[in-house]
Amino acid sequence: MSGSSTDRRVVIVGAGHAGGAVAAQLRQFGFAGPITLVGEEAYPPYQRPPLSKAWLKGEAGSETLLLRPADYYAGAGIELRLGATATALDREGRAVQLSDGSVYPYDSLILACGARPRTLPVPGAGLDGVLALRSIADADRLKAVLRPGLRLAIIGGGYIGLEVAASARHLGAEATVIERESRLLARVACPELSAFYADTHTARGVRFVLGAGVEALTGTAGQVCGVALSDGNVIACDAVLVGVGAQPNDELAQAAGLACDSGVVVDLEARTSDPAIFAIGDMTRRPLPLYGCTWRLESVPNALEQGKQAAAAITGRPAPAPEVPWFWSDQYEFKLQIAGLPIAADQVLIRGNAGSGRFAAFHLRSGAVVAVEAVNAPQEFMAGKLLIASQKPVDVAQLVDTGVPMKEVVASSAAVCA
Amino acid sequence: MTRIVFATADGGRHEVEADAGASVMEAAVGAGVPGITADCGGACSCATCHVHVDAQWLERVGAPEEHEAALLEFADNVGPFSRLSCQIQVSDELDGLALSVP
Ligand SMILES: Cc1cc2nc3c(=O)[nH]c(=O)nc-3n(C[C@H](O)[C@H](O)[C@H](O)COP(=O)(O)OP(=O)(O)OC[C@H]3O[C@@H](n4cnc5c(N)ncnc54)[C@H](O)[C@@H]3O)c2cc1C
Repeated sequence: MSGSSTDRRVVIVGAGHAGGAVAAQLRQFGFAGPITLVGEEAYPPYQRPPLSKAWLKGEAGSETLLLRPADYYAGAGIELRLGATATALDREGRAVQLSDGSVYPYDSLILACGARPRTLPVPGAGLDGVLALRSIADADRLKAVLRPGLRLAIIGGGYIGLEVAASARHLGAEATVIERESRLLARVACPELSAFYADTHTARGVRFVLGAGVEALTGTAGQVCGVALSDGNVIACDAVLVGVGAQPNDELAQAAGLACDSGVVVDLEARTSDPAIFAIGDMTRRPLPLYGCTWRLESVPNALEQGKQAAAAITGRPAPAPEVPWFWSDQYEFKLQIAGLPIAADQVLIRGNAGSGRFAAFHLRSGAVVAVEAVNAPQEFMAGKLLIASQKPVDVAQLVDTGVPMKEVVASSAAVCA
Repeated sequence: MTRIVFATADGGRHEVEADAGASVMEAAVGAGVPGITADCGGACSCATCHVHVDAQWLERVGAPEEHEAALLEFADNVGPFSRLSCQIQVSDELDGLALSVP
């Protein structure tokens, strides 16, 4: 690494989870040069997961959302430019231009622009009462409408949609989830998990319309009042939450000519096709060494891991060992923890039983665990992570036998091929 | 304000002022105590806010709940006094609490 770290300048674009984390990580790794963190939103870096869970239900206050106390940044010598949007990158001149006309030169640039909710390409999507959920501003709007008796139509049966359904029920609102696929979480979870969540939500009063295409949102006086389905049915509602996935904010990178493939392409140092520019978090397409492919992960652990990769590269440390991707979701009294990705899995084994509200689905490929979905089953999750990282075959009979502790399953898997 | 003292793996000592009602993890993250990354932000899902409670404080801090204990089983460097700091609530009684970060 050339030059002492005191005279190198880092600019971070995007003051979300990844941006906030990498700024702090650089300081923890001893980087002493100037750091500027530029963020479009009005808030210092905050956590989004509670926006559909504890915070939405009113169980966690707004002060718990911030990643670090607001005064942390000044104390750590990190310049926070909030309410400022980066509008262009000058790669030749190594500088970032902001919406207010100011220009920030950099030696290393870190893009951490996140993703934004996909919108519905149907008539009526712009009506009042049609909401999305990504930011505190979005969450404030959603919380303001959720009240007992409100009829909320949720378009999209993914994690955010289901978490909002659970929180809405907690607040006494009615919730109808409309999903295009024939089951919930179709793109991300095994059928057993889909069925478990369908049953759990149904028992708590959530209605489901599966296999349903949305034709239009209908309104009166500019306010949404229904979701028109392709089979001709209309679901009457007072508000709509659209939760149909997110798309990467990679336009700035594309305009600057960085390699993109629905997400900015990075390596395991989080470096883009320009060696002076890093990209981290939801906006990236990254290598997954355990799976031999690239992927766009949208999770906090991924944002943190890539933040570590970029901070290590900038401070001249060896790249950290790759981690097993993971994720969590809280709905009602059920804690779901997922590790790995079910890529090319050829077998799904269930340990425990869904009826007991405590079980895990292990996805195997050629006898080795590639993913685990664990409901109220923390041992299965933690052990699953170890098994995935080891890539070794597992004793299938032990794996499905709840009488055999997960520690033992891990130990015998390690022994088999040692 | 409650004073909490963290001994970190690099030999450092961090004295942190914490608000009653917050979690010990939140106090540590706010002060940037190395080794407490708290990836899941306090959802008791990840075991990256693991601490060892000094023996003399064990009784006041108490034992982990089932879910937390299960996560700890698989954490690195667990010991008999291991806890996840996101599950320890700061209170006046914990003034002076001594913890080490494995
Ligand atoms: C409701 C909800 C629940 C979630 N629950 C979970 C969960 O349980 N577990 C989990 O692991 N993950 C969860 N996630 C995902 C997780 O929050 C994201 O993976 C994480 O926030 C990614 O961090 P990021 O920094 O890449 O993006 P973000 O946190 O979105 O931050 C990007 C920031 O960059 C800003 N920005 C964009 N472009 C510019 C520009 N040109 N100039 C300046 N600023 C810019 C944006 O305004 C934003 O503030 C959830 C997400 C949501 C929305």
